[in-house]
Amino acid sequence: MRRAVAIAISVAVFAVLAYFFITGAAPVDYTSEANYTNPITGEQSNRSVPQQYLDDTRQDTGASNVVTAVVVEYRGFDTLGEVTVLFTAATGLALLIGEMKRRNLPKEEPNFIVKIASGAVLPFIVIVGTYIFIHGHLTPGGGFPGGAVIAAGFLLMLLVHVNRGLPERKISVTESLAGMTYAIIGLLGLVFAHEFLQNYLPLGEFTMLFSAGIIPLIYIAIGFKVGSELGGIMHNLKGVHEE
Amino acid sequence: MMLFTFIAWILAVLVIAPAIYAVESKDLLSAAIAVGFADLAAAILFLVLQAPDVAITQAAIGAGITLAIFVYAIRRTERWEK
Repeated sequence: MRRAVAIAISVAVFAVLAYFFITGAAPVDYTSEANYTNPITGEQSNRSVPQQYLDDTRQDTGASNVVTAVVVEYRGFDTLGEVTVLFTAATGLALLIGEMKRRNLPKEEPNFIVKIASGAVLPFIVIVGTYIFIHGHLTPGGGFPGGAVIAAGFLLMLLVHVNRGLPERKISVTESLAGMTYAIIGLLGLVFAHEFLQNYLPLGEFTMLFSAGIIPLIYIAIGFKVGSELGGIMHNLKGVHEE
Repeated sequence: MMLFTFIAWILAVLVIAPAIYAVESKDLLSAAIAVGFADLAAAILFLVLQAPDVAITQAAIGAGITLAIFVYAIRRTERWEK
């Protein structure tokens, strides 16, 4: 009875929220002339914060994907912290699970078609993931989605080859090198542009692959890091050691 | 606009129904699969709401990797909730 009431209440709340979400969300006109006050300095401006990002991203960063520009350039330090959180989670999991005793689980090989088809699909998954993080400054996506797609490819291999894991050593080396690359790019910004994670490379031609300064470099590092970290997490949870 | 609203409602139901099943089910394996389904519907919902980058992440992590992590964790513990 209590369950039925709880379900009814949550469905009702959800329905109300969804109704307002769908009907009540009028599009905000960011181009209108309005006065915005900076709450800290008290400055007046007729541009809202989203409008400033949309206007200035091109000349500031050279990236056509504004989301990427915000994540890597304007809020680059936050992203470094985010990557560190993921790294800490993966390390903690490896500490907790890595040394646990393994049960003798039944190991049944999947059928022939699954094995062959997964081998044929894997390269395309990895190519899509690589495309997503290399073109992070041009198209939707970036380091985190790209790395997650590559990790999904790793997951496919872990599911198909029941008795095998991923090479732990190579994964941890990749992860560490990618993290170091991110930090070193940031420190080079400190040397050449006087601010940590400041862009110091030429912005290049707008919407071309080699543009937007350090954004593609950082996203390549993040892609490698996220892919290897998520792969390592799944490897540890699966609990198979390469002998 | 009507079509958009209709699709959004269908997707909202597809997110909420597996989530309720996952809470209520005593079988943790089927609960994990239901959560994966809800995550997949959420990914399509993000795509409909014009957030393709979030949709990519949600599809890869929510529907793929989280489900696998749940299944591996269930294999190390127990399948039935007491």
